[in-house]
Amino acid sequence: MTVAMGTLKAGEPVFYVVDEHEHPEGSSTMLGFWIYLMSDCLIFAILFAVYGVLGAKYAAGPAPKDLFDLSLVAVNTAFLLLSSLTYGFAMLSMQQNRLKAMQAWLVVTGLFGLAFLGIELTEFAHMIHEGATPQRSAFLSSFFTLVGTHGLHVTFGLIWLVTLMVQVKRFGLIEANRRRLVCLSMFWHFLDVIWIGVFTFVYLMGMLR
Amino acid sequence: MFDTANLTKLIFGRLTLESLPLHEPIIIGTFAMVALGGAALFGALTYFRLWGYLWKEWFTTVDHKRIGIMYMVLGIVMLLRGFADALMMRLQQAIAFNGSEGYLNSHHYDQVFTAHGVIMIFFVAMPLVTGLMNYVVPLQIGARDVSFPFLNNFSFWMTTAGAVLVMCSLFVGEFARTGWLAYPPLSNISYSPDVGVDYYIWALQVAGVGTLLSGVNLICTIVKMRAPGMTMMKMPVFTWTSLCTNVLIVASFPVLTAVLALLSLDRYVGTNFFTNDFGGDPMMYVNLIWIWGHPEVYILILPAFGIFSEVTSTFSGKRLFGYTSMVYATVVITILSYLVWLHHFFTMGSGASVNSFFGITTMIISIPTGAKMFNWLFTMYRGRIRFELPMMWTVAFMLTFVIGGMTGVLLAVPPADFVLHNSLFLVAHFHNVIIGGVLFGLFAGIAYWFPKAFGFKLDVFWGKMSFWFWTVGFYFAFMPLYVLGLMGVTRRLRTFDDPSLQIWFVIAGIGAVMILLGIASFLIQIAVSILRREQLADVTGDPWDARTLEWATSSPPPAYNFAFTPVVHDNDAWWDMKRRGYARPLAGFKAIHMPSNTGTGVILAGLSTTMAFGLIWYMWWMAAGSFVALLAVAIGHTFNYHRSFHIPADEVVSVERARTELLAAGAKS
Repeated sequence: MTVAMGTLKAGEPVFYVVDEHEHPEGSSTMLGFWIYLMSDCLIFAILFAVYGVLGAKYAAGPAPKDLFDLSLVAVNTAFLLLSSLTYGFAMLSMQQNRLKAMQAWLVVTGLFGLAFLGIELTEFAHMIHEGATPQRSAFLSSFFTLVGTHGLHVTFGLIWLVTLMVQVKRFGLIEANRRRLVCLSMFWHFLDVIWIGVFTFVYLMGMLR
Repeated sequence: MFDTANLTKLIFGRLTLESLPLHEPIIIGTFAMVALGGAALFGALTYFRLWGYLWKEWFTTVDHKRIGIMYMVLGIVMLLRGFADALMMRLQQAIAFNGSEGYLNSHHYDQVFTAHGVIMIFFVAMPLVTGLMNYVVPLQIGARDVSFPFLNNFSFWMTTAGAVLVMCSLFVGEFARTGWLAYPPLSNISYSPDVGVDYYIWALQVAGVGTLLSGVNLICTIVKMRAPGMTMMKMPVFTWTSLCTNVLIVASFPVLTAVLALLSLDRYVGTNFFTNDFGGDPMMYVNLIWIWGHPEVYILILPAFGIFSEVTSTFSGKRLFGYTSMVYATVVITILSYLVWLHHFFTMGSGASVNSFFGITTMIISIPTGAKMFNWLFTMYRGRIRFELPMMWTVAFMLTFVIGGMTGVLLAVPPADFVLHNSLFLVAHFHNVIIGGVLFGLFAGIAYWFPKAFGFKLDVFWGKMSFWFWTVGFYFAFMPLYVLGLMGVTRRLRTFDDPSLQIWFVIAGIGAVMILLGIASFLIQIAVSILRREQLADVTGDPWDARTLEWATSSPPPAYNFAFTPVVHDNDAWWDMKRRGYARPLAGFKAIHMPSNTGTGVILAGLSTTMAFGLIWYMWWMAAGSFVALLAVAIGHTFNYHRSFHIPADEVVSVERARTELLAAGAKS
């Protein structure tokens, strides 16, 4: 960056930039998105705290041991963790400008996400069928809300994923699209981290209770 | 199997003709006035063909300065509504003695005190604070705009959408009757089956999106867009307090979002988070909402502290005393504000140890606040003080806020709080700090930065009228409440049995009328100033001989703020530039890259409003339709990759030449 000398003598202070480099568009996007993610993380923190308070209030209804099927949840967890891995591969392909490979990895990621949602919904349907509805007890209210909010995030992630795939197909790997893909990547991994919390705190520790 | 009743229910949900307050003369009168005023405004705008101008230049703008001004207008309009509620309460309490029921029934009165609190915090204080931050921060750090200009416009319209929903509740249905934080179980569906609490929830959820995004936006702006040379410890104090406030916003509003979402699940789905049975826990709501609520009061007061810092050093003609300690005090307050929430309900019964912890953390906050107070005093000490309007508000703040702070420390003592909890003493305390701190700060800020925004100063005579009515009126209105609180009168009462109390309420009512005159004087001040703008004009861009960068550019600043990005060497950058003989650049201007206007923010906020309205009235088709449209518009917006343009160099040259001529003319006269 060149700085104004103007009519000032050498050694005198300069007060403005003459030859300004343009602020690259989106230079704050990563920081902004990261801050947004942290605020979202706080929402989950509250939901975890609520589950922590209400998680044992069964109201004479079913408890985690009666409801959770750990092997199903393990498969589900594997799907989500794998989807993070495949998203990572998509990002690597993006770095190497291999558009087709990237799109393919995104498709795989999306399919894993869908499978995750499918299993989650099956689990929910099964529980509701058994009478373990969100209305049944405070434990179930907080369970469905915490897990459901995560599922809702995955759903929005999928909508976003499809949108981005369309945009990349139409406009190519331009700077704006790369930025968006990185944002979604952060979002996707973030959901993974949250899920690890859910898996540990809700499912594993629930079985111990 | 669809008969008419079912069909009506499907279309209108629970909205019926009964929902319109046709049997309430007060509301009908208000509605008639609002409708007439609205029709007159609408007609005038149409007659003078201003709609196109407003849409192109204001509603769709991404210019942080215009968005800031729109926030201020929203805040001032809502102040009138919120204050009307206050006057109604004061009148009711002044006359409801000796068996009189007053003129408001309990159904109405409970809505009035709820709406007053909600409006004053969310739709007066927040927009005014956000507006000032929006306007001033980018200028103070030498930036062209905020980090995310479109998001800024969207945030403003979401805040407005929330305000629209609250206003809607006045005429269609009713507002919550729960107090401004809507504690369950009262706010649960079994005790508040009407739409009031739903209006409350969705108004705050919609406005909350705007607040959160504007918080993210301003943090990024301050972190990323500072002029070269402006290190963190060279930032103006107002920018520092804005940074801390926005950190607080981002770290506390999600809590509000979550807790209101849980309350709405209880109300809509029948979950058991805050119910009395099936394991629900109403006190968890109280805890969670105050984990947001306490930082919220610091969100409001910190920018006010920043304003006072700028004003004190400018009008004392001195560098701010103890800049570093001021910054650290601000940061310490930011952190401590998360460790005190339980002092709002010591009476919950959490035990001596927990209460002691929160009592002590609360008292500790007074230390950094006290440090700030001494910094301002030492800044004034041996300064060449000019008692212009902003400085008058600052001195009034120092006196008033110290009293409010002391009563706050009294309330922080748990045994004392058991006596004073939910009494008028508490009401007096928080009005003392919010009016004496936030509001006086906002008035100081408005008087200080008005010439920057519009190119002329505010009229001094009407400003002084407003100042004296406000300050004297404040003491008349709230000192009696301290007395009443100590006598044991609790808040939110509609009628009274003990006639000896009446005199205090009458005095408080007189105070409220004086504040009314203060508000009227403020509006007259603006009108008079517009009429006298030629005499009050500021051609220099620096009418107060001030110290920070926003005064380095013209008043009002050009769309691009600074033709060349400033380089900062010192804390008080503009003072330093003036002292060292800065010469304004007159040639070599280049094209400037700027963001383009867009109407997407208005559309998204409008769809959010209809979605909320559908949810409130159980018009599910409307809620679902709006939601789908919302998604479609948002996704559609991301397909627009061309969001900026260049202001051609010629235009910059002509704008800057006009300023050169203005400066020359000003120097001659």
